[in-house]
Amino acid sequence: MSHSSAATAPNPALRHHFAEMEQQKNAASLGMWLFLVTEIMFFGGMFCAYLIYRLQHFNDFAAASQSLSIKLGATNTAVLITSSLTVVLAVHAARHGKRKLLVLYLLATIVLGCTFLGVKAVEYTDKFKEHHVPGPSFNFAPEYMQGHPEQSPVDMRHAEMFFSLYFVMTGMHALHMIIGVGLFSGLTWLAWKGRYTKDYYTPIEMAGLYWHFVDVVWIYLFPLLYLISRHR
Amino acid sequence: MAEHSSSVGFYILIFAILLVLTATTVGAAFINLGPLNPILALGIATVKALLVVLFFMHVKGASEKMTKVVILAGLFWLLLLLGLTLADYGTRLWS
Repeated sequence: MSHSSAATAPNPALRHHFAEMEQQKNAASLGMWLFLVTEIMFFGGMFCAYLIYRLQHFNDFAAASQSLSIKLGATNTAVLITSSLTVVLAVHAARHGKRKLLVLYLLATIVLGCTFLGVKAVEYTDKFKEHHVPGPSFNFAPEYMQGHPEQSPVDMRHAEMFFSLYFVMTGMHALHMIIGVGLFSGLTWLAWKGRYTKDYYTPIEMAGLYWHFVDVVWIYLFPLLYLISRHR
Repeated sequence: MAEHSSSVGFYILIFAILLVLTATTVGAAFINLGPLNPILALGIATVKALLVVLFFMHVKGASEKMTKVVILAGLFWLLLLLGLTLADYGTRLWS
């Protein structure tokens, strides 16, 4: 065990089937992006269904959309964007080998993720109370039934379609958030134990890509679901 | 530039732009712009998504060209999915 061999010893995080850290990282990154592409197609199908029904029943969708709280939606958008900042700062801290700062930013991300889910839970509760959840008890109250003055009255079945799409899309998004919070909890524990160094922090970076992707999905969900024809 | 685009200050700048764009899109939703409303809302969403993807997900300045190919291929398939489906439904006569 001479000094020179210790200096060139491979990083313990390097798996035997990779030649070097750079190659291992690029492989992980490529794999993560391929996964995200499958996620684009997964959400893409739902966005496509939403766009078709929205074009078909625009008036009903606009009326149903107006029952959503734009304040809560905008708050959640800001919360999610802030969480994306803490994620990118966590990656930054990891790159510079600052363990405590990394743990701090990861914890901040978890708190913001839970805040988002909490606000979402409040919104869902309101929808349950208003009987806006599709099913036997679905009812769309008359104050939302006016639609746009120049257009025909709102069809309740089409409004129900909006809420079906709303719950499926935001529900799948929320599920991704829950998975993300779980992922980040595990990373926080490992980061606290010192698993990640400035030479090896690939899992932090990959989980970050996932979190940002979920953020991008919400960036599109928010205007599409909350902001249709708000003006009267 | 590579150093500049990964500094804490730069990230906070992007974050601030994202918040301003969010406020803009909420504000614009209350103004009647006719058919421009959804175009503006989706335009702003796309700018926000681009900022996140390019700077937070570090696609700009990514060392691997393969990553960019994969992303563009993904977007291409999404475009096929949305474009061809909407071209079909949009040109049907609803009766």
